[in-house]
Amino acid sequence: MNTYFHDYLVVFVLVLLGAGIVAGGLGGNRLLRPHRPTREKLTTYECGVDPVGEGWAQSYVRYYVFAYLYVVFAVDAVFLFPWATVFALKGYGPTTLGEMFVFLGFLAAGLAYAAKKKVLSWV
Amino acid sequence: MKCTTEGIAGFGCDPWWLIGGKALVIFVFLVLTVLLSMWVERRVIGRMQLRIGPNRCGPFGLLQGLADGVKLALKEDIVPAGVDKVVFWLAPVVSAVPAFISFIIIPFGPTVSIFGHQTQLQGTDLPVAVLLVLAMSSMGIYGIVLAGWSSMSPYSLLGGLRSSAQMISYEIAMSLSFVAVFMFAGSMSTSQIVAGQQHIWYGVLLLPSFLIYIITMMGESNRIPFDLPEGEGELVGGFHTEYSSLKFAMFFLAEYINLATLSALATTLFLGGWHAPPPITTIWAGANSGWWPVLWFLIKIWAFIFFFIWLRGSLPRVRYDQLMKLGWKVLMPISLGWILLVATIRTASREGLNQTQLLIYGGITIAVVLVGSFAWDLVATSGRQVDPYAEPERATAAEPAQGGFPVPPLDLPHYHGVLPETAARKEVSSGTH
Repeated sequence: MNTYFHDYLVVFVLVLLGAGIVAGGLGGNRLLRPHRPTREKLTTYECGVDPVGEGWAQSYVRYYVFAYLYVVFAVDAVFLFPWATVFALKGYGPTTLGEMFVFLGFLAAGLAYAAKKKVLSWV
Repeated sequence: MKCTTEGIAGFGCDPWWLIGGKALVIFVFLVLTVLLSMWVERRVIGRMQLRIGPNRCGPFGLLQGLADGVKLALKEDIVPAGVDKVVFWLAPVVSAVPAFISFIIIPFGPTVSIFGHQTQLQGTDLPVAVLLVLAMSSMGIYGIVLAGWSSMSPYSLLGGLRSSAQMISYEIAMSLSFVAVFMFAGSMSTSQIVAGQQHIWYGVLLLPSFLIYIITMMGESNRIPFDLPEGEGELVGGFHTEYSSLKFAMFFLAEYINLATLSALATTLFLGGWHAPPPITTIWAGANSGWWPVLWFLIKIWAFIFFFIWLRGSLPRVRYDQLMKLGWKVLMPISLGWILLVATIRTASREGLNQTQLLIYGGITIAVVLVGSFAWDLVATSGRQVDPYAEPERATAAEPAQGGFPVPPLDLPHYHGVLPETAARKEVSSGTH
């Protein structure tokens, strides 16, 4: 277990390096760039006209149901990945395959139901 | 501390200078690739559009990327008055930092000797290496969503929401396309996946998975034909409308690093990684040893980057509903079916069925499915008669039913080159207006 995390050493080094470069770049940028704000410059960009009201326009978020579906299929992927690496090993036979058929069958039924309910189309 | 030099566990045993050196080399490689691919993209697109492209900075304009970077970094950073300052600053950092990390598990070549130390040409390898790439690309989405959210601008917000919907949809199809590769490699570690492709590339063996990956990687990279989060014609700059100076450059950097990472991942998983292309190995046995594999790897990566650029030069942007339809109704069901098919064939061949038996059973299954679908079709359509001359249903502007928001109808007549009669053309008289 001790050596297992050694593999992650380079990952951490690169995270530090990336964060350092980004932070250093932003810091250097702060020192070098000009800073002359005017009131017009600081308005929200609206293609030339003055912005009306708050910055956030009220809009209908389409496809929010996709977020739920995403969770379902992300969990599905979590099950599929380890299954894919072991299912061909000794001791895992057609039963393992059958179980995955059942599992994916449920998910596919869910997706088909969502499609039937017209969740997947533009409203 | 025990260190083995065999298999995946060998990576933590490098001396500290080698670990630091690898991280530094990967970082420099990524920055150079970004600078170069910006130049290549602009020159190639220029050529495709019958213009010259940038040719002033340095020989052939090679330093154009560097000049642009310096220019961006020295520009004034405008932070609009209404933004959420902390999140506005955090978003480009969250977008750029994870982009660097994915490349660490990409194998550049086999074991070589560096200053007398045997090591693999790869940052590191993990038992879950490919999952790391997926996790990092998800982190990048946070940057985009937060940028759209904190900008307090309708364009940015819409761009951020669009990109989150698009990227999570395509990420699922992408991860499903990896599953078939994991089945054949029996591992999620990139070095073992590359080792598994010594004789035949998974791109050939698992062609449907490869094609799905290519489509989804277009969706993941936010580029044409799927560049809706920043569709210039409709959302100005999308999620980065309000960004300027180095913060904008961070998003730009992240996008181009992702381009390189997706290309490298495609090379590693489907095109044999650093293995030499087939005709070379038959003539020259030494092609897969020493430092040569780095050359094959680079050739494959750049072929992919060129492919990205080529698509950008030749395809139009798809409509948003078409994009989501493709992802959820085509790519995902096909991926799921393909995974089950591959798994069934693998299990059947392992259980000792030979090819003739396999073909017979496969034929029976296909016949059953076909007969079933015909029967379903007969039952389902017998009840209703379809009048081919009936007027197709038009989406009426029933606003209240659509949540009370003004929604443009999907199927406007002018999409089909038909002008509605009500919009008779009025001639504009000349004169002073």
